[in-house]
Amino acid sequence: MMTNDAMTIDPAYAAEPEHPDAAENQAFGFWLYLMSDLVLFAAIFATYAVLGKSYAGGPTGRELFDLPYVFVETMLLLFSSGTCGLAMLAMHRERKRAVLGLLAVTLLLGCGFIAMEIGEFHSMIADGNGPQRSAFLSAFFTLVGAHGAHVAAGLIWMAIMMGQTAVKGLSAPVQSRLFRLSMFWHFLDIVWVGVFTVVYLMGVLQ
Amino acid sequence: MNGSQVNGAGASIGGFKTYATGFIFSVVLTAAAFAVAAHEALPRPVALSGLFGAAVLQILVHLRCFLHLNGSSRSRWNVLALLFTVLILILFVGGTIWIMNSLNARMM
Repeated sequence: MMTNDAMTIDPAYAAEPEHPDAAENQAFGFWLYLMSDLVLFAAIFATYAVLGKSYAGGPTGRELFDLPYVFVETMLLLFSSGTCGLAMLAMHRERKRAVLGLLAVTLLLGCGFIAMEIGEFHSMIADGNGPQRSAFLSAFFTLVGAHGAHVAAGLIWMAIMMGQTAVKGLSAPVQSRLFRLSMFWHFLDIVWVGVFTVVYLMGVLQ
Repeated sequence: MNGSQVNGAGASIGGFKTYATGFIFSVVLTAAAFAVAAHEALPRPVALSGLFGAAVLQILVHLRCFLHLNGSSRSRWNVLALLFTVLILILFVGGTIWIMNSLNARMM
């Protein structure tokens, strides 16, 4: 039977948890989802590329963006990608406590990133530079906000997976899910490379 | 591939060295990109190509070291799917910029 529900393991595989194809097929399926998500981001990037210079007399990126602040934000996400990778290595060595510890660090770094982004949005909106101010700011909040929403979803997923790891241990299905979570997390860091280059760095150049 | 292993879940992951190399390269490339943007004196075309160069390099480093796309037969379909998505992406973003700039120029 090929109707493989994402939440339940195919009985054929469940009977044989070491079946090498199960986790690999799930990882490939998840990769295809990531690629379609990339198309979503491409649409938002294209919107930003068209509207990014329509200031409507409002502030430009050069006036709004604080490079050192964005650099710290970027480093938080990059370090969280690093600790996520280390968690995968610990998972490979079946070290449950190390996996939990490294995921906790990843979660904290990710929360720091989101907190900084919310802080940036809040101060911009408080200054009257919210998404309604100009087409540029609408596109800015859509693009950066879409990435932020993905990171927030990843953080919730990470908290759930920490619970599963703690309760169920590093069983084959849990390892497969943790691996897909790490794919998602690294993917978001790649999208962020595009965001900070196109939005922040090019915005400061002009 | 160099130090890549197969974990219990059947997925291929790199060794510590792969992650460490990827991480160090990413930090250096990010810092370089921010330095280029903060450097006021650089002419715009030079700064732009520097930024894009650093971004493309860093994305390739991430794909290879963190997402383990290394040309092995295991990652073949992932690479094919990625290449197809990149084609869509170029058509999508490039086409949008082209047609909108053209419209903009005609309306002036």
